Amino acid sequence: MSHELRGSSAIVGVGLAGCGEAPGRMPLDILAEATHNALDDAGLKLSDVDGLFTGSSYHFMPTLSTAEYLGIKPRFSDGSMVGGSSFVAHTLNAAMAIKNGLCDVALICYGSNQRTAGGKLATMSEQQIYEAPYKPRYPISSYALAAARHMHQYGTTREQMADVAVAARQWAQLNPAAFARDDLTRQDVLNSRMISDPLSLLDCCLVTDGGGAVIMVSSERAKDFPNKPVYLLGTGTAHWHRQITQMPDLTTTAAVDSGKRAFAMAGLTKDDVDVVELYDAFTINTILFLEDLGFCAKGEGGAFVENGGIAPGGRLPVNTNGGGLSCVHPGMYGIFILIEAIQQLRGGCGARQVKDPEIALVNGNGGVLSSQVTTLLGTEATL
Amino acid sequence: MASSNPKFAGPGPDQIYLDHLRQQNFSLPKCLSCGEFHFFPRVVCPHCGSYDLEWQALSGKAEVYSTTTIRRKPERGGNYNVSLITLEEGPRLMSRVEGIDPELVSIGAKVSASINNEGDEPFVVFTPMQESK
Ligand SMILES: [Zn+2]
Repeated sequence: MSHELRGSSAIVGVGLAGCGEAPGRMPLDILAEATHNALDDAGLKLSDVDGLFTGSSYHFMPTLSTAEYLGIKPRFSDGSMVGGSSFVAHTLNAAMAIKNGLCDVALICYGSNQRTAGGKLATMSEQQIYEAPYKPRYPISSYALAAARHMHQYGTTREQMADVAVAARQWAQLNPAAFARDDLTRQDVLNSRMISDPLSLLDCCLVTDGGGAVIMVSSERAKDFPNKPVYLLGTGTAHWHRQITQMPDLTTTAAVDSGKRAFAMAGLTKDDVDVVELYDAFTINTILFLEDLGFCAKGEGGAFVENGGIAPGGRLPVNTNGGGLSCVHPGMYGIFILIEAIQQLRGGCGARQVKDPEIALVNGNGGVLSSQVTTLLGTEATL
Repeated sequence: MASSNPKFAGPGPDQIYLDHLRQQNFSLPKCLSCGEFHFFPRVVCPHCGSYDLEWQALSGKAEVYSTTTIRRKPERGGNYNVSLITLEEGPRLMSRVEGIDPELVSIGAKVSASINNEGDEPFVVFTPMQESK
């Protein structure tokens, strides 16, 4: 018997705002515009929203600040904070709240002015006292240590990681809304300035502004909206550590568990997945998540992505908006992979549209490979 | 109010760890139930959930688990190393390997611990272990 949350709720509106540069605007300004666009997309008004799900690097009590700004009084709120993966995790909490009648119209939203506010990663994160004396660069050094270990253990190469960035750029070139669309070669990535070996500048995600919002309702109501509903088939969460020293094996993330949980809830396997959106804060992420989610064996992620494996026309469409590497990455990126997956399932993504996808997989990452959240979304045909 | 349970009496594990380092002693809590050491120091064993712990000195023998060179302009002090080090006793910690060019630190290299007293508070660093014949 299938899980009671499988297909119980659906996304009926999405909105983006301020992606790239939004000078002179505060994070909540951008969030509110994205919310406007998502509500408009769904044919709803702010006053219809009675469930709020959000996270922030700027607001210590993000649901309070966001509801206050929007002038809404939600019946149910959730500000669960698992870094960039928060917004993917919110899909599960929103589905539970809707299923249990705690809210009817759930708004999942995010906004950030990281780029125009100075480019620094805003963080309320506590200092890690056992790391501080060694001056790691946060968060890149943690990912660099994972990449170095993966290279050592499995022979993964910088060239293979560079091909992740090149594939993302080729997708971005098909997406008019992507921030970085210039031609990019493997050699360009290899020649870019080394920051924390083996990761160089072009192994790292962009720093942009941007916001996103998603509207979820129960499946019973979903067909009353203007757009083709996209159903939540399963979400799984997992976290095994906070600091990189506590990660049991630097080559294996908790996506092993979050993926299994999401696939179990959805009653699906990786062979059912038509399009994949992974949180690519760094090139190594994509390789790790493809392995941990079962798209290839552990250690074979490098070969999987090499020479256009995940580029347009490759073996698997991955990060079709251009990813955090080339499309948008305002501090926390989770809402954007969710939105790209939904847009792909609706169709109408223009040149980057994957052909008739029925099932999309989203994998959010938070902290330093710490939190993993996997979501499976599907069209009506998958119910 | 002080804890009435003797297991939790006195300073907490961060303080005890630092007090040991100030005495040039590198120690960590060892679990009396499962026998495993852990890092960072806690009041509970993260391996088995036991609260029966005892501080013990470490051999200082360790191996580089992963390593990165952080690039920094020469005028700001130049490149430096950050490594994850697995102690012979099991736990892994962040540190750096000194006495060798940062780029030459390699995964799997044997290293030994020493205590760096140059900062405000002491911290553990590692140096390549001499080849013994
Ligand atoms: Zn134990």
